[in-house]
Amino acid sequence: MFKQVFAVISMSLQTLPQRLGASSVIVIGIAGVVAVLVSVLAMAAGFRHTLSDTGRADRVIILRGGSDAELNSNLTRTDVDTISNAPGLAKDSQGKALLSSELVTVVNVPKMDTGTDANVTLRGVGLKLTEVRPELKIVSGRMFRPAVREVIAGAGAAKQFRGLAPGSVLHLRNADWTVTGTFTSNGDVHESELLADVDTVGSSLERNGYSSAVGLLTGADAFTAFKDALTTDPQVKVDVQREPDYYAAQSKQLTKTINIIGNTVAIIMAIGAMFGALNTMYSAVAARGLEIATLRAIGFGAFPVLVSVMIEALLLSLIGGVIGAAVAWLFFNGNSVSTLGGAFAQVVFQLTVTRALIVTGIVWALFIGLLGGLFPALRAARLPVAEALRAA
Amino acid sequence: MKYFPLIWATLWRKKTRTIFTLLSVIIAFLLFGLLETVDYAFSHPSGGVTGADKLITTNKYSITLSLPFSDLQQIRSVPGVVAVTWFTWFGGYYQESKNFVFAIPIDSDTYFDYHKDEFIVSDAALKDYASTRTGALVNVALMKKYGWKVGDKVPLHSTIWTQKKDGSLDWTFDIVGTFDVKDATQASAQSSTLLFHYELFDEGRSFGKGNVSWFQERVSDSAKSAAIAGQIDALFANSSDETKTQPANDFALTFLKQLGDIGFVVHAILGAVFFTLLFLTGNTMMQSVRERIPELAVLKTLGFTDGKVVGLVIAESLLLCVIAALIGLGLSYAALPVVKIGLQGVQLSPAALIPGIGVAVILALIVGTPPALRASRLNIIDALADRR
Repeated sequence: MFKQVFAVISMSLQTLPQRLGASSVIVIGIAGVVAVLVSVLAMAAGFRHTLSDTGRADRVIILRGGSDAELNSNLTRTDVDTISNAPGLAKDSQGKALLSSELVTVVNVPKMDTGTDANVTLRGVGLKLTEVRPELKIVSGRMFRPAVREVIAGAGAAKQFRGLAPGSVLHLRNADWTVTGTFTSNGDVHESELLADVDTVGSSLERNGYSSAVGLLTGADAFTAFKDALTTDPQVKVDVQREPDYYAAQSKQLTKTINIIGNTVAIIMAIGAMFGALNTMYSAVAARGLEIATLRAIGFGAFPVLVSVMIEALLLSLIGGVIGAAVAWLFFNGNSVSTLGGAFAQVVFQLTVTRALIVTGIVWALFIGLLGGLFPALRAARLPVAEALRAA
Repeated sequence: MKYFPLIWATLWRKKTRTIFTLLSVIIAFLLFGLLETVDYAFSHPSGGVTGADKLITTNKYSITLSLPFSDLQQIRSVPGVVAVTWFTWFGGYYQESKNFVFAIPIDSDTYFDYHKDEFIVSDAALKDYASTRTGALVNVALMKKYGWKVGDKVPLHSTIWTQKKDGSLDWTFDIVGTFDVKDATQASAQSSTLLFHYELFDEGRSFGKGNVSWFQERVSDSAKSAAIAGQIDALFANSSDETKTQPANDFALTFLKQLGDIGFVVHAILGAVFFTLLFLTGNTMMQSVRERIPELAVLKTLGFTDGKVVGLVIAESLLLCVIAALIGLGLSYAALPVVKIGLQGVQLSPAALIPGIGVAVILALIVGTPPALRASRLNIIDALADRR
């Protein structure tokens, strides 16, 4: 039995080059589906990656209660004082709490490729910035100085938007700001932002108060005590979240939307490719009619014939799947793009073709091949031997 | 036309193959229709028809920075400006944050003057609204969505504005009437709108008093809108809140553009789809002609010229592609209401479907030409002897 299966498969594969034109329909059709599927899902993966890399479990973000996002939130100076006295915050050598009071706004900066204005986050940060966010590294130029109109730009922002290289000048309200440096921070969402001294930003915007406060805890387990202390304090009305939770919530909607769109488009394309595969395999079976009938006449069973058609279909779709995933990886992996994130401002991220996505693409390819091969394989197995021999 | 039965018959020579090919092409054009309408919607914010006479004045450097309410008088005085109203982002939702309500604090006189002849609202409702301080006018679609009735008190949560009196983010309104939009293409953009008194809002909020997000102007002559925009911006040049005035459609467009290069994504996907489709239909046409070589030879023997044979093959290819394209585009047109649910606030226009016919013809010519040439070059004697 296995010997038969093996013999028929090797025969069908040896004759494959004769059907190259028709066979390429399966390969190219499936490669197209997989390339589109993997590239679109790579967007969602990249976006989620950027936001899920933001923050640490032992860092907290505090917003005014019921605000949802930093841009809506409003904390007074008294609120921030209360927060800095809450238990669980890490302290510096002078005993000061590692808390950065922040003021978030968006500024219009033209996009590098189209030149159209985009909303880029300008984040005013407190003096404790480098201790609260140790992952922040200046990669060119220098840090901004407090009390002067200077900003540093995230590496992602500097790549996607115009005029953010060190030395350039940025207009905000009725003043000029100098870009003094570029920073990285582990590829997280802050690399899409501009950072400056919070009080200088506040005075320029004539805003008295802050959007949020970001604090480093003594450890991830200090969170509950810290949160409880603040939420039970009648003096302040705030929401306390671990940073990863806050940013995960910000990425959820968009990731979901991209995944739905990607899967819908790929399903429609897959149906089209399946019809193509059916066509190819039916014509392959027709072309091999004489060969199959001869095999059956000299005693080969129906099962080996069925298996050989299925294997041919699966092999062709596997090739298609691999080509498709490779195309997606070659052309799009690591491409930097930006979109309007959950918080009304641009988030720069890279398309990420993950191993899981490649596997997903190949599974889809095999599934299309399976459906496209099944019916032709059944026809081949049921081929009436005498008729097929006579027709030839 | 007299050859139509012949072309029709050859098309259906191998039924299964033709059906599968048709289905593939139908699917490709279904995708074409869906993606092109979405792309069209993102590049034509108001369906590409209305609003040429509307301008919007925002803060020059950041859309989140506000403008002083006192700018209103100066903007009004600019010649050519016939109506001015203003907008402040309320950030409202009903009960849960996913239940977004586009609540707008309005001044009813200027708001309805700006949106002249765009809304259907009864005089009685307007009268009740004017006499109720906490009154709200609600879009009929929104009323239906949450089962609200006129007379209901509805609490909305603002993610931004705290009330002066108790620091709460919850605002309660009395529904005094409903409104609808006249232009059906604008219906989805307005489907979650609730209008309430700016006066109540400005007096009630604990900060930001006297500031608005932006001003909206209607001008008498849309041809002069660029000049008028320049005049408005000149009024506030070198003030601490410089302005940027642009056509309302452009403003919407910069927002949509920020989502990303949707056009690129759409065309890359369609590129992949049609590239694979070329192979698929091309292969079908090639096979179909190859199988019919003896028949074509007979036609030629009967006196069909080379040109006629080319015509027959191309016509078959055209028939296949155009029928499938029409079905596919028709399906995508039928699916538009579903897409609309997924993309709230975006205008979908069937205008984007028309180029699909052109694409179908081009596709047919590309895949039909090689087999047609092969058919025309056919040597009758070899073909009849089945020497290929």
